[in-house]
Amino acid sequence: MVESAIQAGAKPVYGVLAEFDDVDSIAKAAREVRDAGYERFDVYSPFPIHGIEREMGLRPTKLPWIVLVCGLSGTSLALFFQWWSNAVDYPFKISGKPLFGIPANIPVTFEFTVLLSAFAAFFGMLVLNKLPELHRPVFESQRFRRATDDRYFLAIEANDPLFDAKRTSELLQKLTRNPVELCHDSGQSGALPSWLRAGFVGVAALALLPLAATVWARAFDTTRPPIHIVRDMDSQQRFRAQVANPVFADGRAMRPDPLGTVAWGELGASGAAQAGKRGDTFVDAFPLPVTSNLLERGRERFAVYCTPCHGQSGYGDGLVALRASELQEQNWVQPSSLHDPLVRTRPVGQIYDTIVNGVRTMPAYGRQVSSDDAWAITAYVKALQRSQNASVDDVPLPERAKLGVQ
Amino acid sequence: MTVDSTSALHLDEPYARPVLVEGDRDIAAVTRRVCGVVEAPKPPKAWYVAITITSAMTVMLFGCVAYLIATGVGVWGNNSPAFWGWDIVNFVFWVGIAHAGTLISAILFLLRQKWRTSINRAAEAMTLFAVCCAGLYPSIHVGRIWVAYWLFPVPNQMQMWPNFRSPLLWDVFAVSTYATVSLLFWYMGLVPDLATLRDRATTKLRKGLYGFFALGWCGSARHWQRYERAYLILAALATPLVLSVHSVVSFDFAVSQVPGWHTTIFPPYFVAGAIFSGFGMVVTTMVPARELFGLKELVTLRHLENMNKVILATGSMVGLAYATEFFIAWYGGNPYERFVFLNRALGPYWWAYWLMVFCNVVAPQFLWVKKIRTNLWAMFVISIFVNIGMWLERFVIVVTSLTRDYLPTSWGYFAPTWVDICTFAGTFGLFLTLFLLFCRYLPMVAIAEVKTVLPAAHPHGGHGHKEGAHHG
Ligand code: HEC
Repeated sequence: MVESAIQAGAKPVYGVLAEFDDVDSIAKAAREVRDAGYERFDVYSPFPIHGIEREMGLRPTKLPWIVLVCGLSGTSLALFFQWWSNAVDYPFKISGKPLFGIPANIPVTFEFTVLLSAFAAFFGMLVLNKLPELHRPVFESQRFRRATDDRYFLAIEANDPLFDAKRTSELLQKLTRNPVELCHDSGQSGALPSWLRAGFVGVAALALLPLAATVWARAFDTTRPPIHIVRDMDSQQRFRAQVANPVFADGRAMRPDPLGTVAWGELGASGAAQAGKRGDTFVDAFPLPVTSNLLERGRERFAVYCTPCHGQSGYGDGLVALRASELQEQNWVQPSSLHDPLVRTRPVGQIYDTIVNGVRTMPAYGRQVSSDDAWAITAYVKALQRSQNASVDDVPLPERAKLGVQ
Repeated sequence: MTVDSTSALHLDEPYARPVLVEGDRDIAAVTRRVCGVVEAPKPPKAWYVAITITSAMTVMLFGCVAYLIATGVGVWGNNSPAFWGWDIVNFVFWVGIAHAGTLISAILFLLRQKWRTSINRAAEAMTLFAVCCAGLYPSIHVGRIWVAYWLFPVPNQMQMWPNFRSPLLWDVFAVSTYATVSLLFWYMGLVPDLATLRDRATTKLRKGLYGFFALGWCGSARHWQRYERAYLILAALATPLVLSVHSVVSFDFAVSQVPGWHTTIFPPYFVAGAIFSGFGMVVTTMVPARELFGLKELVTLRHLENMNKVILATGSMVGLAYATEFFIAWYGGNPYERFVFLNRALGPYWWAYWLMVFCNVVAPQFLWVKKIRTNLWAMFVISIFVNIGMWLERFVIVVTSLTRDYLPTSWGYFAPTWVDICTFAGTFGLFLTLFLLFCRYLPMVAIAEVKTVLPAAHPHGGHGHKEGAHHG
């Protein structure tokens, strides 16, 4: 049988294939073949035969080292990336915790290490085994189909230096009672059918389209509005402030208050905003009696609303101001010192007006501070100004003793 | 029902272990038996009935998900103060179930528990399918699911990165790594068996499909050598992974400051619970599956009994954890903590709590009795209890703590909507559909691995091995 096959030999010979019945005989055969000096041979079995690698003289695989390297890269990559993304590129400040603290970064590092190691183990095994390889010459033998069922095979390849179709076949035939057969390489490729490959390439190309579109969109400017696949909150169905609205007879989207109504909190608001002035001039008298209660209220409100910028004693050295100058903020305007000679000469109406309507870069507090409170603060500011420019004469006689002056 | 129990069950004698594969145990018979299920021209009638029901449920699941996406998370019962509802409960439930497969394949592999070979394939498949169900929840509960990719560190136009110090992000990494590694592990185990199916295929389609996924596996000894090494490494990697996954899931709770969640016992307690629920689900599915597909000789009563022992052990651990929580709530002296635990047992959700205790702590105790442990009906019923109990455990943890938070004015009572219920039922549909398809089209038992535990798989000459020394 072997002879005739050699003569027919149109196709190149791949090797000689022998079939065995049990684990013992294949193990013995593997040892004999190896002892005979063959190197390019292989044993095929439906399950791993333990100890066969010793019989065949196989060296241990280097797979564990590949896994180790990949695992360690996983560890360092994960640590580096977490540090770079959360502490450098986009610092995440959470409750004053350190930007990079090993304990909180361990879970992700661990998972990523395992992930890369597992990839290395699986794909490393495939690569080292040169899989996938859908077609092999041994598959052309009908009997070989049982190599994944209950039979054991040994094939010596033709490219082994010692290979000689006749002698090699004889060697194998001595080891098994099953007929030895010559295996040919029909040159059939293990590749997938061309239509399937074309299909894969097509799908892969289509899969790249979204990425390409993204890159395109990021690389070029356009004046067209962005495409919203999901409309989200960016485009709500509503009328913007100044647009026309056909729903109403007057065509205005912004609705005026219905006739005869006043919005909450608006009652007297315009009066309060004007209360510091009479005509175009600022008033110079309080519209309400200045009592110690009023001053007390004013001090308290001043502490709440004014000290952050103007400071406790009004020198413009509040915490916000200090911080801003420490950071050397570019657009920061220093809050005025309330003891500036100019500010000291302001009539009470003007200080009231400053509080309620703001001045230049100082924001208006009319929304937060009621009209009465604004007067109370004004009274307190006046008292404060006076306190910083006072002489002993300003202190009532009975109090002077406490200060230790005459 | 118990007729397949073998007379050779002498578990207490370490030398005469009961056989792992019963009946006709030659190597070809294993191939025939397992491939027979896949190659049978028609599956059993019950299979058709089952898959019709489960695929209808799966369609319902997709319907619910589509409705949710189109409408918003408001269709669920999640609402102030219980912003985590069934979505998280079901996520944790399914992730827990997903632990048995990899545990059986990896940990028992490292511990050289050879009895795992008959059940690991099916258990791993269950792991994957359970992870599918689990992964569904976090991805749909984010509300605007089209931006779910924000969970991953993808460079984006906002120039932002996710917060790597958040347990919710750890969760993303843990669960996706777990899903990937489980898939690799499962698929790698399948490759030699797919080659067997390829070589036995009679139609071109089967040959092509199984052949494609078998990657041209030929059983070469050189390949086996690397394959086994890779398998060992994957097992060694999957073991800490499996423990880490549920620990990380528990961090979602433990790292927050909600009373009843903020406890250090959570990681071990969750892991024990996960193994418990996973084995419960394996028993629930394997008892009918081995009956249906005639695999009683491969998945023997001994396998089931061993799993029941694991259920008993982990169930008791879970019971211990419940007791410890109560003890610490009292001993820790934190009034909020104490309130939460009293409220669990005596508050508005008392029914859930005590049902949980019954299902998880009391029911498995029956497994001490060997008669019950080896009775198919009894173990099936107990495993159902375990499934229910473990679902309730997550429900109790999530809902009792949230509905009684710091502000008594906002206390509430959680009520699921029909969408909640149908989605949850639908995940069972998805899980079972995938499992039924798996049973029909893929080898349910790891053929190559089972062969290695047969006496015929070991060379006898020269190594001093005696016949029968490899049964255990
Ligand atoms: C956010 C910081 C800030 C707060 C809070 C603030 N101010 Fe001012 N204030 C300023 C700044 C800045 C100026 C100087 C504005 C400029 O010169 O553009 C100023 C100026 C003034 C002046 C001088 C105006 C003038 O006539 O030149 C007065 C008076 C004054 N503030 C009073 C108050 C009182 C009273 C309060 C509390 C209700 C207050 N400010 C709260 C920032 C603040």
